[in-house]
Amino acid sequence: MAADETHRAIEAIYRIERARLIAGLARMTRDVARAEELAQEALLIALSEWPKSGVPHNPGAWLMAAAKRRAIDGIRRDRMRERKHAEIARELADARDTSVEELEAAMDDDLGDELLGLIFTACHPAISAEARAALTLRLIGGLTTGEIARAFLSREATIAQRIVRAKKTIGNAGLAFEVPRGGDRTARLASVLEVIYLIFNEGYAATTGDNLVRPTLCMEAQRLGRILAGLMPREPEVLGLLALMELQASRLSARTEPHGAFIPLTKQNRALWDQLLIRRGLDALGRAEALGGANGPYTLQAALAACHARAHRAEDTDWGRIAELYDQLRTTMPSPVVELNRAVAHSMAFGPEAGLRLMDEIADAAALRNYAPLPAARADFLFRAGRLTEARSEFETAAGLTRNMREKAFLLARAAACS
Amino acid sequence: MRVVVFVKATEDSEQGALPAAELIEAMGKYNEELINAGIMVGGDGLKPSSQGKRIAFDGPGRTVIDGPFAETRELVAGFWIWEVKDMDEALAWAKRCPNPMPGPSELELRPVVSMEDFAETMTPEGAEIHARNEQRLAGQ
Repeated sequence: MAADETHRAIEAIYRIERARLIAGLARMTRDVARAEELAQEALLIALSEWPKSGVPHNPGAWLMAAAKRRAIDGIRRDRMRERKHAEIARELADARDTSVEELEAAMDDDLGDELLGLIFTACHPAISAEARAALTLRLIGGLTTGEIARAFLSREATIAQRIVRAKKTIGNAGLAFEVPRGGDRTARLASVLEVIYLIFNEGYAATTGDNLVRPTLCMEAQRLGRILAGLMPREPEVLGLLALMELQASRLSARTEPHGAFIPLTKQNRALWDQLLIRRGLDALGRAEALGGANGPYTLQAALAACHARAHRAEDTDWGRIAELYDQLRTTMPSPVVELNRAVAHSMAFGPEAGLRLMDEIADAAALRNYAPLPAARADFLFRAGRLTEARSEFETAAGLTRNMREKAFLLARAAACS
Repeated sequence: MRVVVFVKATEDSEQGALPAAELIEAMGKYNEELINAGIMVGGDGLKPSSQGKRIAFDGPGRTVIDGPFAETRELVAGFWIWEVKDMDEALAWAKRCPNPMPGPSELELRPVVSMEDFAETMTPEGAEIHARNEQRLAGQ
């Protein structure tokens, strides 16, 4: 094997092990920045040793043992210098003779739990939502700061600073890198799901820039969702979120024209929908509902996405069922955006006038004041009701509000079609 | 990217030899790891080719050929569908697979062609038929 190929193979192994390594090291050192450094140092050792010795039988345990040795060395140095941390060092020094076999056994026991602990820590509500997303992509997804910055169309320095601050928050709060138990668990899980869905949506519904979809973020979020579903298979909302993401992602390649213009759901070529993801989504949705989670916000949204996934042609869509699900969703998860989508669903099920009536009820919602989809939907209802002059003006208002260039072009084209 | 990982057949698998209990357990653990890592999106094992059929096409002609088929090393005994970042990641996972057969054996990794690749030649009518068929396949 060529040297370059060997290095790539080692780095691929490292990418697989990285999150679990950091999880174990963070729990040991209570310092996520140090855990990342130690994992990186273990990679460097592997890159120098494995080409000579071959890849060990259990590379994860090997990397963990190497990182722990570095941690112990580091703490010894600190102790000699400062005579501090005596207790931790003793604890770690006691572990220095632990054989690889014992480490392997320990890792087998606790891995899922440690990784889950890291996910919950990175998504801790004490950290701002944006920083949680960046930190999760960094620690669990293994993305570089540059990759995260590109994905969020942000500056690398901004993301780096956000991550550093988040790590400090974790350190200052003395978080234990554990899965919360009892009442705390539900609230903390909601925060984890929120972060994963934020990452997904940032990719799926890119709000700024030229690209409507940034698939890397969707893929990362789906993977996080699958990992979480593997680790928490009895949590209906975990499955609901996974179902929602799989179903939405099944349409990724059908949503944009070759030159990048957005294609609305009803106009998409449904043969391009990814049937494997649809099957996975419907399966996860079924499991979420079977666990009694049918009215959870993510599960309800997945059920909505499933209505579209099940329709062979746009005209087969069960809009009555969709309107019903939105009626439920507005009580589970009240928000102006849900109200807006509910109006759209009712317009499809019961005619544009029904949509306009519901729209009038929410027209004054402050949260929707500069929200392009509101006039866009209203314009569509007016268009379908044959009120073309009003429709045109609403399409133009919507075009003036969106920051997405592709969407703007789409709305202006619809405005032009009103004469 | 999506990758199909084929488990190539061997004389053992073609004879329908049942896997040893340890292998079943090891494979179960491996699958669990794949699922926990968010990699595995599908997969199944296949019965020996003695229970399979082939259809040979030649213009309008259709000839049914009954299994077993001779070229054992070219046959498939099972498959996974994985979603990975790149082929390096797929290779790293494939190397971790317990040897699926009692003797020497092979896995073959093949990136999947997506439906997008057909977008240019797909008519709306063709698209509709495809969508309907695939949805029926999905048991909806």
